[in-house]
Amino acid sequence: MSDTDAVDPEEVRHVAGLARVDLDEDEVERFAEQFGDILAYFDALDDVPETDREADLANVFRADEVREGLTQAEALQNAPESEDGRFKGPRVG
Amino acid sequence: MAAQDPEEAPGEGRLVPDDFDDDHGAFLTVETVAGADDGPLAGATVAVKDNISTEGVRTTCGSAMLADYVPPYDATVVERLKDAGATVVGKTNMDEFGMGTTTETSAFGPTDNPAAPGRVPGGSSGGSAAAVAAGQADFALGSDTGGSIRCPAAFCGVVGIKPTYGLISRYGLVAYANSLEQIGPIARDVEGAATVLDAIAGPDERDATTRHDTREDLVDDFGGQHPADTTTYADAADGEVDGLSVGVVTDLVEGADEAVVETFEAALDDLRGAGATVHEVSLPSVETAVQAYYVIAMSEASSNLARFDGVRYGHSGGYDGDWNETFAKAREEGFGEEVKRRILLGTYALSAGYHDKYYKQAQDARAWVKQDFDEAFESADVLASPTMPVPPFELGESLSDPLQMYLADANTVPVNLANLPAISVPAGETDRGPVGLQLVGPAFGEETIIRAGSALE
Repeated sequence: MSDTDAVDPEEVRHVAGLARVDLDEDEVERFAEQFGDILAYFDALDDVPETDREADLANVFRADEVREGLTQAEALQNAPESEDGRFKGPRVG
Repeated sequence: MAAQDPEEAPGEGRLVPDDFDDDHGAFLTVETVAGADDGPLAGATVAVKDNISTEGVRTTCGSAMLADYVPPYDATVVERLKDAGATVVGKTNMDEFGMGTTTETSAFGPTDNPAAPGRVPGGSSGGSAAAVAAGQADFALGSDTGGSIRCPAAFCGVVGIKPTYGLISRYGLVAYANSLEQIGPIARDVEGAATVLDAIAGPDERDATTRHDTREDLVDDFGGQHPADTTTYADAADGEVDGLSVGVVTDLVEGADEAVVETFEAALDDLRGAGATVHEVSLPSVETAVQAYYVIAMSEASSNLARFDGVRYGHSGGYDGDWNETFAKAREEGFGEEVKRRILLGTYALSAGYHDKYYKQAQDARAWVKQDFDEAFESADVLASPTMPVPPFELGESLSDPLQMYLADANTVPVNLANLPAISVPAGETDRGPVGLQLVGPAFGEETIIRAGSALE
């Protein structure tokens, strides 16, 4: 995309593909128009001065110990389809 | 599901009994879960935003994707409320996955504002604020990613607290933007909100962000303990503000609606009258806070919502074929338009070639906002602004232009970027509805904002 206000419908379809979200044609057209405005608005971030980030971050880990979690039945209870204690996904191919 | 006329609420998909009075459509599911027999909240009722997990009670996030999802466990905050004696009365309507400022993007239709009928209750915790404003619950829980507790509190004329990041466990909250979002209370008065805060704040071994750092070189004012361990927030609601220094953020007052500014100024006079001193401060970084907020929130959303695949939970298209195609169809059907918009924009901002332009610069802006707040707190105990720059919108008024909707969050999002605490308290009314006054404190300065907020009652 160039720095213009327009976003190509093809680009919207490409990003929708990356995000694994199907869109109907109306949505593609509408998003192409809106994304131009929204991304142009985000261009103001170009003016942000460089700032020292002094945050001293450290990962906080709990002890790696076995403990109770969900039962297999609880983990599966919201799955649309399951079989033999497993999630059942779509057939491939 | 199509948007519904608020007058038809409770609408399609809402599980609200006929004999339950819910004229404003605040609830998605009405179900009573009793708490412990005694405790500080014994006898109190609480409504829970529908993105906070409740064991055995469906939790939809306002989305068709999760219309039938029933969590097998309670969020830590729900467990703590029940332990404190509160009775859960139901789950409240919200913008789908917390994405919105009006509670109109819910797949189950909008909620009406009990304090300004025909207008939106604000969002995304609009159902929670409406339930409290209408007297259907004593308290409610909301979640605040960019103002989602404070905005509806302001629009519905009630009190809402967005706590410091790390004060309250996020375990069991269906995440939208992890680095920004906190659970917090909504109540009719400041003391009530503080009482709920007392019940739910504190460390949780299931949420590492609530762990307070105890390394010697980093021990802070709390001696490594979690601040909620040694504090009773309800005690701070004593209205004592004599000598308190209030910084008014001029950047967030300029450009606000005239009636909002008048109401805000009158509330500041009340603080002066109670002995506070008021001076002006400027936070130049807030000019780019909305942009930074949306880039970061959308980026985190695109990653967080990838788990809704219709296989482990959520709406399934039930199609055969290529996994990716099936996944994409289930998500087309399950997600509403605002959710798709943010997932796509977040995917775009993180994609090769644009990561540096959008995401990295947004992180720089976030650091700038934090630095600005730090400097402002050198001369002020709390910072004040209108919570929302406008009175409540009319229902349907703002849906067609997402960019205009995003701009309405200008006063609330800087607080989330800096991970600070803030409270919205009622400041008065315009002829278009209530106005909230926002008070921002330094990290873990909840007592100060509660004290200052209580002086306005």
